Amino acid sequence: MINKVVKNADEAIKDIQDNMTLLLGGFGLCGIPENCISALVKKGVKGLTCVSNNAGVDDFGLGLLLQTRQVKKMISSYVGENDEFERQMLSGELEVELIPQGTLATRCLAAGYGMPAIFTPAGVGTEVAIGKEVRKFKFNGVEKDYLMEYAFDADFAIVKAWKGDTAGNLIYRSTARNFNPMMAMAGKITIAEVEELVPVGELDPDQIHTPGIYVQRIFKGENYEKRIEQRTVRKK
Amino acid sequence: MLDKNGIAKRIAREVKDGMYVNLGIGIPTLVANYIPQGINVELQSENGILGMGPFPFEGEEDADLINAGKQTVTLLPGAVIFDSAMSFGMIRAQKVDLTILGAMEVSENGDIANWKIPGKMVKGMGGAMDLVASAKNIIVAMQQVNKAGQSKLLPKCDLPLTGIHCIKKVVTELGVYDILPQGGFKLLERAPGVSVEQIKAATAGKLIIEGDIPEMVI
Repeated sequence: MINKVVKNADEAIKDIQDNMTLLLGGFGLCGIPENCISALVKKGVKGLTCVSNNAGVDDFGLGLLLQTRQVKKMISSYVGENDEFERQMLSGELEVELIPQGTLATRCLAAGYGMPAIFTPAGVGTEVAIGKEVRKFKFNGVEKDYLMEYAFDADFAIVKAWKGDTAGNLIYRSTARNFNPMMAMAGKITIAEVEELVPVGELDPDQIHTPGIYVQRIFKGENYEKRIEQRTVRKK
Repeated sequence: MLDKNGIAKRIAREVKDGMYVNLGIGIPTLVANYIPQGINVELQSENGILGMGPFPFEGEEDADLINAGKQTVTLLPGAVIFDSAMSFGMIRAQKVDLTILGAMEVSENGDIANWKIPGKMVKGMGGAMDLVASAKNIIVAMQQVNKAGQSKLLPKCDLPLTGIHCIKKVVTELGVYDILPQGGFKLLERAPGVSVEQIKAATAGKLIIEGDIPEMVI
């Protein structure tokens, strides 16, 4: 069996080159591949196109790659938490493509399912539709317009899971699942960092979210900060 | 005139037992606080929760468990976690019964703008475009008049659109409106202490008033 286990994030990302396209899992700061982001900052690759639902905050998550100007283009659905991002975008230093969240998820899904495109009603009649093919379908008894959106074509997907085994099978925890499963399926090469790495056979096959066939490299991540963006509580 | 909580309270009356409901950020989130006793709904959060519960008790926050507003939350018994693709799958397939979201502008033909002010605020649409394009039942919670005193119920939206011909009901600090299929805001209820004249002055789009308009009961 091919050995998928690598030592650490540095080894996992060693062949990520300038100007590549990366899919990065996570929603806000929840379920982001913290170790790989740090390793990318350290490696200093530039001109990256990053597909991720959000852009982190100023000093954490993908915000770290923005601070060092390693990102040429961001494809995201919501970027409201990052002032440096907004500054770079408004000044034209950073290219930004904002797309609907469901479109983002489904374009990953399509790639992982081997389908070149999808049709979605999200964005019909808005600036998101500019330059895109519109088709009318009668579906569920209603005729309406749908936009054609292409599957992502990414060099690498970088995801974070809770548990993984040496065959690359992954289990996510709670809402840290978010975009990770479909991004894991969509990379030409998928790197998974996990909190707990176990030998093959220890995970219950019925509980695995991402089959290892989609994962080429896996390692046990370290020192997870798991920063909370909006700590909201109620009194006992 | 209603405050934010008043708007949320009025919208809570539209929530029926057994519904699956998606609440947007802002006033819509407050609706959860006013759902009457005996009405059981399952809250959907588009980052992958059905059966979302209240905020956790202090010290019990879990960084892996947040809602679509990135706030720490809890799960109720029977809750389920899924990925983002499935989350928008159930939205697109119209399995979510009711969507409540905020808006900057709504037009008399049901268009909505709530994601971008060119050159000023560019945060992104998040899941709003997916929600408005697919939801069969959307209620907009918004302020009818902006800080400059201008109406946000318009003949046509000025801001970049989030979706077209999708909004059917609007609740504001002044009243409750249905948006008719042929166009126009049909006034259904007045907020406590608000006159029809005040509503006329605060509505730039086509306003339809038929008969006596009752004051809303909250």
